[in-house]
Amino acid sequence: MRRLTAPLAALVVTLALAAPTLACGGLIGPNGAVNLLRTTTLAGYHDGVEHYITAFQFAGGGGKFGSITPLPGIPTSVVRGGDWTLQRLVRETNPPSPLAFEAAGAADSRAIVLQQVRIDALDITILKGGGAEIGVWAKDHGFSLPPDAPEVLDFYANRSPIFMAASFDADAAAGRGQAVGDGTPVHLTIPTKNPWVPLRILALGKTAIETIQADVYLLTDDRPALLPDPGSKLSAGGLKLTHSDAASAQLLTDLRTDKGMEWVPQSAWLTKIEIDAAASTLRFDLAIDASGAGKPSLRDAGFAPFGPLPAPPSWTPLWVMLLAVSFAIPLGGARLLASAARNGGGTPLAG
Amino acid sequence: MRSAALALLLLAGLAAGCTSDLSPRRVEIHIHYSHFDPSQLSVQRGVAVTFVLINEDPIDHEWLIGDAAFHERHRTGTEANHGARPNEISIAALQTVETTLTFGSPGTLHYICHMPGHEAYGMVGTLTIT
Repeated sequence: MRRLTAPLAALVVTLALAAPTLACGGLIGPNGAVNLLRTTTLAGYHDGVEHYITAFQFAGGGGKFGSITPLPGIPTSVVRGGDWTLQRLVRETNPPSPLAFEAAGAADSRAIVLQQVRIDALDITILKGGGAEIGVWAKDHGFSLPPDAPEVLDFYANRSPIFMAASFDADAAAGRGQAVGDGTPVHLTIPTKNPWVPLRILALGKTAIETIQADVYLLTDDRPALLPDPGSKLSAGGLKLTHSDAASAQLLTDLRTDKGMEWVPQSAWLTKIEIDAAASTLRFDLAIDASGAGKPSLRDAGFAPFGPLPAPPSWTPLWVMLLAVSFAIPLGGARLLASAARNGGGTPLAG
Repeated sequence: MRSAALALLLLAGLAAGCTSDLSPRRVEIHIHYSHFDPSQLSVQRGVAVTFVLINEDPIDHEWLIGDAAFHERHRTGTEANHGARPNEISIAALQTVETTLTFGSPGTLHYICHMPGHEAYGMVGTLTIT
């Protein structure tokens, strides 16, 4: 299965026989086939505003496809994204080899429509409503939702009733001269206290044993605290921290010069998380505390009582504790012991 | 006197328990998060049973009841909507549909939603006819 790069995920559903790639999600064809192609997305956070940039890639065919993406808040703008931001991020964390360079050359009520924007061949609608309302809106607009959609929509709507529905008109894309593989970047500006990245929706419509693979890029003012902690082998839940470092000045300059990317600060922290998890286990989201308080929210991550799974263990594994004790006693390190015990609580969590 | 009356009531109760109740029955089946609730039912043969199918989901579902051969046919069927036959019912999102069936012989049937992916997701129930 190809890797899918995706922070804000898409609930992907189909209307016809085309095969455009929608950001951050699986593409469920009318015959039940699921196609995944590589896309790139960034969730940047600066001055209390999340900048969500993703691309909808045209993969040929005709007809219409749709996707629904849960959002942490109401966007103040939905515009066409810059031209090279996503590609530049991939290059930053996956520098191509010189050889590659050469080779490459509502239930009873209805969902409220907050915004409607047309970007290239994409019709984007920002919606507000409960899970049932969003589901009915999607059904009324020709989206074919998979059987796990009712539960997944409630999972998100109970925490944030804002969704982005994107309808991709493959015929229009072909009419515009878009070639297979061409992407349409979309940039959403979302004021929010703390960003979060919906991961569970990546598993929408997948069987339990299917593997979900995705890359998540975060650009924050400081090193973020995350839940689940992708740096912990014990509790990562299929998430792996593959890049965590101060963003280079060159990267930030490059990003800032792209269209609509003036918000990129002078200094920032770049995080990349790779997801490799069975669909049955990916039943949570990625909570981010970019405030420096180090308290990623249980609610934002969708752990119990806000979701089906309990939060992963946050204490230090037993073997780490035993190792600390074995060193501490010979050294007479009562202070070290006390310190290990104090640190046993792991990352504090916020409800 | 009081104990004699109590004994009479108990006998009446026992007698009622032994009698086969052939009066029509009404059973509610809720559909929530693409699962049937209850997913196990038992009915008497010869009794008219009205199934009240309550779809609480914002997506369409089906309730098709029959034996293994019946379901095998429907797994590859192309009928978009059901309703002409009382054992093949389509239930639109957030709607309620009633259907009445009388089962003639003892055995086990299954009720399944055959919309793409729904059976694999767990939309299966069992009806035992005694």
